[in-house]
Amino acid sequence: MLQCTTILICFFTLVAAFLVSDFSLITVYQNSHSLKPIFYKISGTWGNHEGSLLLWVIILTIFSFLFLILNKNHPKNYRLHTLIIQNLLILGFLFFILLNSNPFSFVNPIPKEGLGLNPILQDPALAIHPPLLYIGFVGSSIYFSAAMASMITNYSNKLFAQSIKSWVLISWTFQTLGILVGSIWAYYELGWGGFWFWDPVENASLLPWFAMTALIHSLLVLEKRNSLYFWTIILCLLTFILSVMGTFLVRSGILNSVHTFANDPSRGIYILIFLSLMILTSIFFLFKKYKPANNIINSNSKETFVLINNWFMMFYLITVLLGTLYPIFTDALTSSKISVGPPFYNSVIIPVVIIFLFLMAIGPQTRWIKNKFTNFKNIFYIIAGSIIINFTIVYLFKSYSFISNLIIISSLFLIISSVSDILKTQNINFSRIVSHLSFGFLILFIGLNHNFSEEKDFNLKLGESKKIDNYKFILQDLELTQKSNYKSVVGVLNVNNLSTNEDRTLKPEIRIYDNPQTLTYEASIQTNFLRDYYLTMSNIDRSDYYNIKFQKKPLMIWIWISVIALSIGGFLSLLRNAKNN
Amino acid sequence: MRKTIKSITLIVLIFILGVFFISLNKSTDYNTEHLIGNKLNKIKFESLEHKKIFTEEDFKKNNYTLINFWASWCAPCRIEHPILIKLSKEQNLKILGVNFKDKKINALKFLKDLGNPYDYLAKDTSGKESVNYGIYGIPESILIDNKYIIQKKFIGPLNLKDYDDILEVINSL
Amino acid sequence: MKLKIYALIFFLHFSSILSANQIVDQNAIHKNLRCLVCQGQSIADSNSDFAQTLKMVVKDLINQGKTEEEIYDFLSDKYGDWILYKPKFNLENFLLWFFPYIVLIAGGFIIVFLIKKRSKKV
Repeated sequence: MLQCTTILICFFTLVAAFLVSDFSLITVYQNSHSLKPIFYKISGTWGNHEGSLLLWVIILTIFSFLFLILNKNHPKNYRLHTLIIQNLLILGFLFFILLNSNPFSFVNPIPKEGLGLNPILQDPALAIHPPLLYIGFVGSSIYFSAAMASMITNYSNKLFAQSIKSWVLISWTFQTLGILVGSIWAYYELGWGGFWFWDPVENASLLPWFAMTALIHSLLVLEKRNSLYFWTIILCLLTFILSVMGTFLVRSGILNSVHTFANDPSRGIYILIFLSLMILTSIFFLFKKYKPANNIINSNSKETFVLINNWFMMFYLITVLLGTLYPIFTDALTSSKISVGPPFYNSVIIPVVIIFLFLMAIGPQTRWIKNKFTNFKNIFYIIAGSIIINFTIVYLFKSYSFISNLIIISSLFLIISSVSDILKTQNINFSRIVSHLSFGFLILFIGLNHNFSEEKDFNLKLGESKKIDNYKFILQDLELTQKSNYKSVVGVLNVNNLSTNEDRTLKPEIRIYDNPQTLTYEASIQTNFLRDYYLTMSNIDRSDYYNIKFQKKPLMIWIWISVIALSIGGFLSLLRNAKNN
Repeated sequence: MRKTIKSITLIVLIFILGVFFISLNKSTDYNTEHLIGNKLNKIKFESLEHKKIFTEEDFKKNNYTLINFWASWCAPCRIEHPILIKLSKEQNLKILGVNFKDKKINALKFLKDLGNPYDYLAKDTSGKESVNYGIYGIPESILIDNKYIIQKKFIGPLNLKDYDDILEVINSL
Repeated sequence: MKLKIYALIFFLHFSSILSANQIVDQNAIHKNLRCLVCQGQSIADSNSDFAQTLKMVVKDLINQGKTEEEIYDFLSDKYGDWILYKPKFNLENFLLWFFPYIVLIAGGFIIVFLIKKRSKKV
């Protein structure tokens, strides 16, 4: 309790320092500016390395405190050990902060003005992205500690599962939201119209997510059937280990990415030592405490499908882990640099997702102990239905690759199965259906969006118009204004869709910042429930012409909505869990 | 069986942590300086001043040729220019200057102001021809021998160490 | 009769997919080439000078009739493998491409083994 209060005081002191632009503190000096709007002064507190570490410690502390008081009906010994281990983690981070990354170090003489924050980082989505993600993967520390405690105190039955279930759900939900917000930010801020680049830093947030998803499912088995205990423990440990490893990769400077913070190898050493200690301690206890289990698993049961889910999650995890680490390994061992980018991840993962979606539809419908498979006919009808719908899409619009067809079919299969599930059974597990349904929709919308996107790249002068395919573009005007910390050049572009006679005006912007000197391009996005129009404009050196990139992205908003629905599923599960216990 | 799994797991984890440790000291910046040893099968550049095309035949008799990509608008090119002037005095070396994405009038003024170290003066106005040499920024320089094999690549402006390295190569044998 | 209808659906469906064109996709090539002077962007997404030049070169190569593979080989020869986002299918990258599937298959075996071992003996 005291610990919690002290850390919170620390944190708010730093926030206050940012607010009043106290440049005597080196962190405030390096990352803030008196002209920055108040909201960003506050979010600037965690938008840098030192401040974000303080945020790490706060989450560690708060979760520790809450776990202690909310789990009063579990053995004291177990809770005590969880607390001990959690505090060892906190201690590790405090050492790191004190010895290496102290946000409260002074700078003398006191500078008159801050160095300002990168303008790209002054953004609402980016401001809430770290707190959301931290509740996600830093929050996984609590079930790491609980798992260790469970092994040490031999608290290994379904009650243990119940003690951590809510925490796993909370961290999963926030991790999902954190990743969503990061993608939304990348979409409207980075100007390329994409939302996922398989960038190493993005992958670092996705890896714990795979482990968490696997963990949610295996917890079900541990809770209902008291089996898969050690596998569940491994997943608990793995999630937080991946989180710390991700933090290491991002802050140590060994990754080449558009997302990395300012790099410093000394930070890397500290985090690596911390990570190594965590891994070696986990392995030590796992080896020491492992006891082979003998629970019965019936092949035709829900348990099998949970195992299958975990199996696929591990596949995704290993693929993304391998893709992210491989360049680091080849460079360290052979000094040859190779890149692993989207084409790799897409080719390896997508075919497997097709099968995964089918299994995801069938799995929840099987019973826990023994299943009676009477609905082959049903499955066949749904497959046929999915194929017919897919064929209709191909016929009405345009055809696309073979793999895309399979993706659309399998996601439709999952969607239709989930819906028919709602209509059939009385005892509905609403949270599960919402989550699985949203996932199906997510893949469907991503597939459709990918196949039906259009892009036009051309140059225009002020007052000029151009007709490309069924669009007509006119650069009607250029508005030049001086804002508080940048000069703005806004292009007034009229886009006319000749086939639908839809007329829109988009206003892409070029921003010229002077502190620090940067040029950014702000995309103009016009959204409705059918599609996004996405337009960026950049100037061409030594020319009156502007380069215009126009994209039509169908169903974009539904991708975001699906992920929000997915996290709502997690939240519903949390409520359900709280109600039942 | 269990013992083997344990040992394998431990070895793999220590290996991964070891690689992380090694990587901390490596730089993540990429450059193409290691792409040497290949042969330039074809050389083709338009001359800057005359209506002539330089081909690999022009460089066959040279022991060594340094191909230097530069432009009048490039600040680091000014910094490396004195080194090129020094190199132009070497007997064993001939220098081919490729004026990159530039205007002839500015290029010639640059050479008039700072001196002309080039035995051959070529241009690549679109920048496309330079892609055949693996150029991605300027200044860059490539040292080849009389068999057109790339001896060394220099990314960024030439410095004194590069000067010494070049001398070492062209004076060996 | 039902079977015939289903067969017809499958046939129509797949024949329509196969008719989708297989031309060299310029945008796909652009997305696979790394902009060497940018921080983690493909030349498709970048506005830099180098990206513009490279796009022109790719266009020329396509017009010369080069296939996608030939374009990648040409550029990786000049700039190193780092410029390609899709790692090459060679011996060095064997582990990268195959290990995930080895894991998938191994995982399958483990599950089958586990279930067999723990099934109720009836």
